[in-house]
Amino acid sequence: MKQPLLIKKGAEASLYLADWHGRKVIMKKRLPKKYRLSKLDEQIRTYRTIHEPQLMHEAKRAGVPTPTIFLVDVKNAAIIMEFIEGKQVKKLLGEVSKSERQRLCLKIGELIGRLHKYGIIHGDLTTSNMIQNSEGKIFFVDFGLGEKRKELETRGVDLHLMKRVLQSTHFRFAKECFNAVIKGYSKVLDAETVKNVLDKIKEIERRGRYVAERKGG
Amino acid sequence: MKQKKARENYCLGIESTADDFSVGISTFNGEILANIISVYMPPEGGIHPREAARHHAETASKVLEEAFKKAEIKPQDLSIIAFSQGPGLGPCLRTGATVARALASYLGIPLVGVNHCVAHIEIGKLKTDAKDPATLYVSGGNTIVSAFDSGRYRVFGETLDIALGNCLDVFAREAGLHQKPSMPFGAVVEKLAVKGKKLVLLPYTVKGMDMSFSGLLTAATNLLKKGEYKLEDLCYSLQETVFSMVTEVTERALAHTEKREVLLTGGVAANKRLQSMIKAIAEEHDAEFCVVPSEFAIDNGAMIAWTGVLAYKQGIATPIEKSFVKLRWRLEEVEVPWVR
Repeated sequence: MKQPLLIKKGAEASLYLADWHGRKVIMKKRLPKKYRLSKLDEQIRTYRTIHEPQLMHEAKRAGVPTPTIFLVDVKNAAIIMEFIEGKQVKKLLGEVSKSERQRLCLKIGELIGRLHKYGIIHGDLTTSNMIQNSEGKIFFVDFGLGEKRKELETRGVDLHLMKRVLQSTHFRFAKECFNAVIKGYSKVLDAETVKNVLDKIKEIERRGRYVAERKGG
Repeated sequence: MKQKKARENYCLGIESTADDFSVGISTFNGEILANIISVYMPPEGGIHPREAARHHAETASKVLEEAFKKAEIKPQDLSIIAFSQGPGLGPCLRTGATVARALASYLGIPLVGVNHCVAHIEIGKLKTDAKDPATLYVSGGNTIVSAFDSGRYRVFGETLDIALGNCLDVFAREAGLHQKPSMPFGAVVEKLAVKGKKLVLLPYTVKGMDMSFSGLLTAATNLLKKGEYKLEDLCYSLQETVFSMVTEVTERALAHTEKREVLLTGGVAANKRLQSMIKAIAEEHDAEFCVVPSEFAIDNGAMIAWTGVLAYKQGIATPIEKSFVKLRWRLEEVEVPWVR
């Protein structure tokens, strides 16, 4: 392997662009966190290293593009996977036209719907974790916080995060984007489920400590 | 009366969102002349809003008097009155607001309603010289990771249920521990945790950028009742787990926003272990670590006074008829035109 090139030092893991048997790959390495006790740290890193590839593989089955996994190195908490050449949705949303933004968000909603229908919770639905390749295909990456769950609660929390990311990072068009996401989501899941998930999101928002619409107190 | 001081502009800030009633006095240049805090400690159980409000009403005049004495100024020297308008407990907020309105109308000077969460960030910035930090604000009532963007402090991560400080407080009460004004529950847990050695694994719940502490609290309380583990070890495990969670989220926000400073503020900021964790991520990302001094970590009037000054300098004032308290006033609802 040629010297891997650090392309992103994330909070949770470092991403390296590397050459692996003639292939351009991403090596995702969960480095030990000095702030955590080693016992706790190892447990969290091992768990996420094993579960992430499993979920990515299952996401493919659900019809959601994810990078292909080539190797899982549990001992070093490293995953070697396909390198997706493209642009982060985080960057795209601010650059494209309104109609393109709508199209992107609709597609994202549809992909989230597929995951949820299949019983997968992504756990970190931020626009930095979505990449559009040159053919316009959107890939979901970073399943490190994902789970196999079907409960309304977990689905609600998953989408609530998406909403929150739109509000914090893309606040100028958060509302239109989230509406499009829900429209796409509704293409996959039935109306009753969508309504229940939306109600759940409202409940989660109200549960937050300080929300204007929260009743009583 | 000193000549020099009489020419300056002063703001008096009243804080009363929860269990503390506090009066702070700040000059318009950010010199804190007084910061008197009166803590309400319930004999048992948590904060009863009405009981706390009664404490505030009873102690208000004494705290005000002390603040003027400490600052060596008279009420007539004040230019504006600031008060914490929310978020917080209704009866407590109303008591502080009533005192503030009375003072402002008696003196005939402007009133400025201040958001409590913004104030924790602003006092942290004032006292540490941080300019544009990613902030972790942790207290008994709030757990918020935020950073400034386009006119407001945006919330990047927060608790989905109870606050981190609340989690520690409830655990301490369940364990039959006692607190004193000089040593609140958080400090009691911290002291015990230092003696802990064995890490008991507890639910570690980070959902993207948000956190959940209620399940973890239940798990820890159940273990406590089983009596299989030493209290020191449980305090240690609880601290390690909840602090690792907030640190992970803060690191994510830091990586995402690429800010060059990390500010730790709020009552729990006084915890040495949490400080060391946040310091570690700051170093990891080449950011400067800033922690608010303990006097300004807990709820205090100085932070309200200073934030009142910042707002007033931008032409922001709160007419009395619009000075009703806002129990659930979110951080990101507030425009902060004084930043950049």
